[in-house]
Amino acid sequence: MTGRFPDEHAEHLLRELAPQVLSAVTRRFRDFAAAEDAVQEALITATLKWPQTGLPENPRGWLIRVASRRMMDYLRSEEARHGRENEVGIESARQAEAAEMEPQSDEDDTLNLFFMCCHPSLTPASAIALILRALGGLTTAEIAHAFFVPESTMAQRISRAKAGIKSSGAHFSAPTPHERAERLRAVLHVLYLIFNEGYTASGGPQVQRVELSREAIRLARCLHGVIPDDPEVAGLLSLMLLTDARRAARTTPDEELIPLDKQDRSLWDQAEIAEGTALVRDAIAKGAIGIYQLQAAIAALHDEASRAEDTDWPQILALYDLMKHMSDNPMVALNHAVAAAMVHGPSKGLELLRALDGDPRIAGHHRLDAVRAHLLEMTGDYPSAITHYRLAASRTTSLPEQRYLQLQVARLIETPQQRPS
Amino acid sequence: MKYILLMTGTKAGVDSYKQWSKSDIEAHFAFLHRLNKELSESAELVANEGLAAPERARIVKAGKDGMPVTDGIFPESKEFLLGYWIVDVEGPERAYEIAARISAGPAPGGASTSMPIEVRQIMSRRTGELA
Repeated sequence: MTGRFPDEHAEHLLRELAPQVLSAVTRRFRDFAAAEDAVQEALITATLKWPQTGLPENPRGWLIRVASRRMMDYLRSEEARHGRENEVGIESARQAEAAEMEPQSDEDDTLNLFFMCCHPSLTPASAIALILRALGGLTTAEIAHAFFVPESTMAQRISRAKAGIKSSGAHFSAPTPHERAERLRAVLHVLYLIFNEGYTASGGPQVQRVELSREAIRLARCLHGVIPDDPEVAGLLSLMLLTDARRAARTTPDEELIPLDKQDRSLWDQAEIAEGTALVRDAIAKGAIGIYQLQAAIAALHDEASRAEDTDWPQILALYDLMKHMSDNPMVALNHAVAAAMVHGPSKGLELLRALDGDPRIAGHHRLDAVRAHLLEMTGDYPSAITHYRLAASRTTSLPEQRYLQLQVARLIETPQQRPS
Repeated sequence: MKYILLMTGTKAGVDSYKQWSKSDIEAHFAFLHRLNKELSESAELVANEGLAAPERARIVKAGKDGMPVTDGIFPESKEFLLGYWIVDVEGPERAYEIAARISAGPAPGGASTSMPIEVRQIMSRRTGELA
């Protein structure tokens, strides 16, 4: 995390408060796009002032006051630009001030912000940028840096996202119960994408880079705090924690990938594993099983095994069976084949893979080649394994994966061929 | 997804460009300026650079002492890079669309340059699901 403050506590507080302040200001002025800018400015003002003045007595109130003042300035300048037509803006702000007394909870407001940032009119890239700024409290520069694009490009992406929301006529209010499930699914998907985006090998040259997987966990934790009873939200948070727990063991110091079965499990973060496991256990007990909970349950089974050979593969296979019934995602089928191979032997896995060759969504995908290569290696057929590792290496668009796959080719070439038993 | 769009040319192409009229050159640069403005507004532009003339290019190798040994390039015999765009887009189709726009840039006599644009995906540092 790039610190805006020398003081980590203040930094943390500021970012915790960002969504609360934004929902209060949006509710008051009924203009999400302008409120988001005003809050961002208030956060920057706090960054400059607080280190000198010390924390205000009521930081949240302080931020709301400063952001509201910015909003009033903005509305006045709009009024001056457009003449009288915008008086209605100021008037509605005054009325909304009264509406602030309405008994709508902070939780509802924060949830509505999540829905707003993941509005269906936005592309995933726009939703990601917007949610990191509006709810994550990151600056545009930090987000730009995290995605390796110029700050001006990221600023443009955020302002386009807000313009898109505005023109779609979205209101800062809860979606209908009918829409809610779908909108929540979109939010979870965006958080999942942020987590995966941050799932990089690199720690080295990018020390200044915001850790996107950590940001995704923060946001998922915030969402879980708002709707603790939703089992899929808990499932996603759990999945993130259980995956992140392996972070320190996933790469060598020079960024070489280490597969799950070769990792030094003493490096796994036991606190994250305990938290993630408890979360998914509670979620599943609620009875509404979903894809994220199942993935989390599988991650928990991996994390609970103190040695790779202790992994409960029959149980993992059963969970993939269940997942295959719920989703026709070919990646699920691919992982299912791996689990089947671990339980019934590699030939069973290879047989299942053949069914995927006809699926245009995954045929030609490097993951299919990589899994096939791995299973072929398990059968002892090194020449075919080498062919498929090579194919996978040429098809992946991930640098660390390419290096890993190329190393498997080199390793097998150097290993004397064993006769398949 | 990030892509790099590589504009390559031959010596013949560059030589003919040197014969373009003022208005042809102006029209072409106005087109490039418009395109970059659009890519900035669509929040897709990551970088765009043009490269100095190939006559100024040098091929460098390390000598026995590790010091640079330089040589000129011989543009008669090969294609060389003229410039590039890096864009961050939703998918390959959009990258191809932008490449086609560049290739359709105006040339003298109402024609377009039809320059070949090589589109290459930039690799990510994501580790996917291997580990």
